[in-house]
Amino acid sequence: MAELRFDGRAAAAGFAAGPLTPIAEHMGTARVAGTPTEEAQRLWEAIAGALAQLAKLQALADGDGADILAFQAAMLEDPELSDPAFTALHEGRAAEDAWSEALAPQIREYETADDAHFQARAIDIADIRDRVLAALRGAPAEPRVAPGSIVLARDLSPSRFLSTDWSGGGAIALAGGSAFGHVATLARARGVPMIVGLGVDPASLPAGALALVDGERAALWIDPQTATRAEFEMRARGATVMMRAASAFRREPAVTKDGVRIAVLINVASPAELDGLDPADCDGVGLVRTEFLFEGRQAPPDEDAQLEIYARIVAWAAGRPVTIRTLDAGGDKPIPGLTLDGERNPFLGLRGVRLSLARTDVFRPQLRALCRTAALGPVEVMLPMIATSGELRASADLLDEEYANLCKAGTPARRPALGVMVETPAAAIAPDLIDADFYSIGSNDLTQYVLAAARDSEAVASLYDPSHPAVLRLIAGVAAHGAARGRKVSLCGDAGSDPRLVERLLRTGLRALSVPPTAIDAVKQAIAHIDLSAPPP
Amino acid sequence: MDEFVATSSSRLTNEIGLHARPSVKLTKLAKSFSSKIEVAASPDGPWVDAKSIVKVMAFKAGKGDTLHFRASGPDAEQALTALRELVDEAFHEETGGIIAPPERAPHG
Repeated sequence: MAELRFDGRAAAAGFAAGPLTPIAEHMGTARVAGTPTEEAQRLWEAIAGALAQLAKLQALADGDGADILAFQAAMLEDPELSDPAFTALHEGRAAEDAWSEALAPQIREYETADDAHFQARAIDIADIRDRVLAALRGAPAEPRVAPGSIVLARDLSPSRFLSTDWSGGGAIALAGGSAFGHVATLARARGVPMIVGLGVDPASLPAGALALVDGERAALWIDPQTATRAEFEMRARGATVMMRAASAFRREPAVTKDGVRIAVLINVASPAELDGLDPADCDGVGLVRTEFLFEGRQAPPDEDAQLEIYARIVAWAAGRPVTIRTLDAGGDKPIPGLTLDGERNPFLGLRGVRLSLARTDVFRPQLRALCRTAALGPVEVMLPMIATSGELRASADLLDEEYANLCKAGTPARRPALGVMVETPAAAIAPDLIDADFYSIGSNDLTQYVLAAARDSEAVASLYDPSHPAVLRLIAGVAAHGAARGRKVSLCGDAGSDPRLVERLLRTGLRALSVPPTAIDAVKQAIAHIDLSAPPP
Repeated sequence: MDEFVATSSSRLTNEIGLHARPSVKLTKLAKSFSSKIEVAASPDGPWVDAKSIVKVMAFKAGKGDTLHFRASGPDAEQALTALRELVDEAFHEETGGIIAPPERAPHG
């Protein structure tokens, strides 16, 4: 069989090779219902059996694992959960059907929650449901997963994770799944590599085939060729050595070999990413993407709900600066009902600030929420995709208006500094024409526009090079403009988190990089090895 | 009709609000008292049984929200004191909570 490769999203870092172990879906079985009393008796016994299993697992688990099982047990013990099922039994339903149907609204309720933490509870309820269903069917205990297996499934339940022995290695590859769910949390804590969103049918792949999971590239290989294997093993060995070395740099401020202090900030795509992160490990939040506000919904949360979310990030940062970017939809980030459908070239279309200015019904509430957030701490606001000074002026006018409205209403607010992303060639070539309070280089878009090579086209991937001298010269020009005018300049694109590019970026004059939280260690380590006083290598 | 003799309220200060682990702690504590205890996310209700984790989780209460308690029964006062302490002490959580530290969080 030829080598297969699938790409997903990273949920837990690390490398693993092992036999592919697809896990089958839970299947409904039709059964003729007994009398309501018989069915109630069966359901009682199944719930009691499931609780006994949970207690047994709890005795073996520790930390988060034990907490998750305690939560499931508490839910299962609560008559509020099972009462609707028992009621349905009086209508002659089979216990299996009554139980599944009673839990369905609970699961839906969590799935549609605004908060990622609550959404992640949906799989706990599904887990409880399946445990009781298995007990009802008198199903044997779940088949054991051999140690070292690459578990492939649509989604994985926390109890399934906890009942699997990971001490012999192994990894998780999910067709669906969430990077913020319980299982992802457990996998990170336990050091089990995990990829989600592979979009593959688990039943279509050969059980027992050799599989490789690269938790950094978020890739799964089946039946890899010798060359793929060799490269994988080299990367895996390298990653182990590097992670150990890099983690030593995490707690310290970033300073080059010759003593130049570099600000290392973090990019945040969702507030859930901040859980467990220590703000002391970074110099602030250089980019809050607000697109997450729209995830899975037609309209953004209202002003108050936005304020609450932003305030959480400001509170986390504990006095460190927080730069929040206004909605950056369009391009490769369409939002149904908001962005235009069918644009011939969406990257050159109505995206970023252009869309916000066209949709002030969405922009104004966001600006109000940001003014109110700014009253709580050192918050700055950043506009994406600025090409002209007119766009900055129009946005600033709206910001001033909304700030004035808040003041008039007596609502606590502050007019935040207003900066721009530098990602269009126009802004990069002539930053002096755009009188912003600060500048942040969006190296991903800037690179694709300067080299005219789409980010999402494999065919021109070799042209897409953020370290091309043309890109670096533009960055140097923006850095020089910022230094001359006393305005902050930082970079928040992917280039900043590539340790191989950090030196070239700092040599353009940049002194602030904003990177994903996972890259803090490696970037700080790279900075510590750079000597800016020496001639460039 | 139950006569609620005692009421109290507390603001949630733990990082992730009334999530899985805090809800387990709150309902366990409530169950250790014989009084009828109810909780609400607003002083006007709706009031729900503080011993039911299904109901308590349904509030989806976040950091900064205020929880209101009322109780009736022989140990009503003690129950409210204990519950208020639990909330005021942020459920004795370290930071993070049941959503544990992503040591290497996923790329956004």
